[in-house]
Amino acid sequence: MADPNSTDAAPMGVVEQLARDDVERKRFLKMAGKSIGSVAAATGLAAFISACGSSSSSSSSSTAAASTTTATAAPSATGDLAIVNYALTLEYLEDQFYDKVVASGLFSGTTLATLKLFGSEEHEHVLALETVANKLGTPAKKPVGKFPLTSAAAVTKLAATVENLGAAAYLGQAPNIQSKEILAAALSIHTIEARHAATFNTLLKLSPTPNGAFGSPASMSTVLAAVKPFIA
Amino acid sequence: MNRASFILRGAMTAGAVYGATAVGPFVSNAFASGTSDIEILNFALTLEYLETNFYKVKGKAVNLSGEAKALAAEFGAEEQEHVGALTQAIKNGGGKPVAMPKFAFPVTDEKSFLKLAYTLENVGVGAYNGAGPSLTSKALLAAAGSIVQVEARHAAAIALLTGGMITPSGAFDTALTKATVLKAAGPLIK
Repeated sequence: MADPNSTDAAPMGVVEQLARDDVERKRFLKMAGKSIGSVAAATGLAAFISACGSSSSSSSSSTAAASTTTATAAPSATGDLAIVNYALTLEYLEDQFYDKVVASGLFSGTTLATLKLFGSEEHEHVLALETVANKLGTPAKKPVGKFPLTSAAAVTKLAATVENLGAAAYLGQAPNIQSKEILAAALSIHTIEARHAATFNTLLKLSPTPNGAFGSPASMSTVLAAVKPFIA
Repeated sequence: MNRASFILRGAMTAGAVYGATAVGPFVSNAFASGTSDIEILNFALTLEYLETNFYKVKGKAVNLSGEAKALAAEFGAEEQEHVGALTQAIKNGGGKPVAMPKFAFPVTDEKSFLKLAYTLENVGVGAYNGAGPSLTSKALLAAAGSIVQVEARHAAAIALLTGGMITPSGAFDTALTKATVLKAAGPLIK
């Protein structure tokens, strides 16, 4: 765990970033928006075709492609700690979400068991990411989540949204992670979020693959804007 | 041994790779570094050929019905898109895409079909997660990530249909070594 005395010296976390003054935030989003476009355009088949040059045997060209990709990803320019803390913030919210859903009494039987399972997995993600963040610096502050838990149907829809967003968030950051160890960890979490997302889509009678053959990434700014209503 | 299985075998390098110490016990395996992007893509292409053939050919042969039939049709089409994308990426990267091997799937009915589908999808997840950190191209990593997410979704959907485990490795999907992938998929390649 983080030394509580070091909190004051902590780098700005994603939640604090959200709370920054509006002008700053708009500038951040505008800047990020430019990279969203290029990230989104690089999805799926298009990504493969555009990636081809960089997969050549010439190491100089792949280095160039890699640095281009990194340079485009403006929101994560502050490195692996920022990405890990971003993921940790999302996992904190997911963890709290499942705790509240399980306690809500809206579910029973198999679905309740699944929700408990997923909640315990998100909790493991939290612990793992806290460990990594502690190795790199200071973990993000735990946000306080607020979730509208009105009916089982509405919660299932919200869960699908949250998990699909989580999967997209990890996918969006994978190419920005510098450390191979952290990348491997992020990939191992990414597909768990995907499994969770497919489960809720299936419960809702939606396709388990809502974006077809290629999962869609989401940028940090898109994801943070989407989760903002769930932070108290 | 045909070209595909040669690549599947030849591309393997022994050894676990990225130190487990740095991020704790949840990252155990990965592909050896030093495997080229083209080798990784051809390895993935072979697996995607296998999955495509399984859904589109074997799925028809065993007369699937209902939800199993619908999922096999959807997933087969998606695996075929993965084949197309990987083939294109290999060509554009100056490599030679591996030819589609011949396959033999030991399934006779819907139940055994779904059981093997579940295994194949989970092996696919582990293979991509294992190979991901070895890709030198960040763009290819992004693309591989967009594919592995879909493999994981397939695995979960099949788990729900069959009462299997949605997250068979718990909170962290296991990254498989090439040797492990080969052990699972190799016997299906003639």
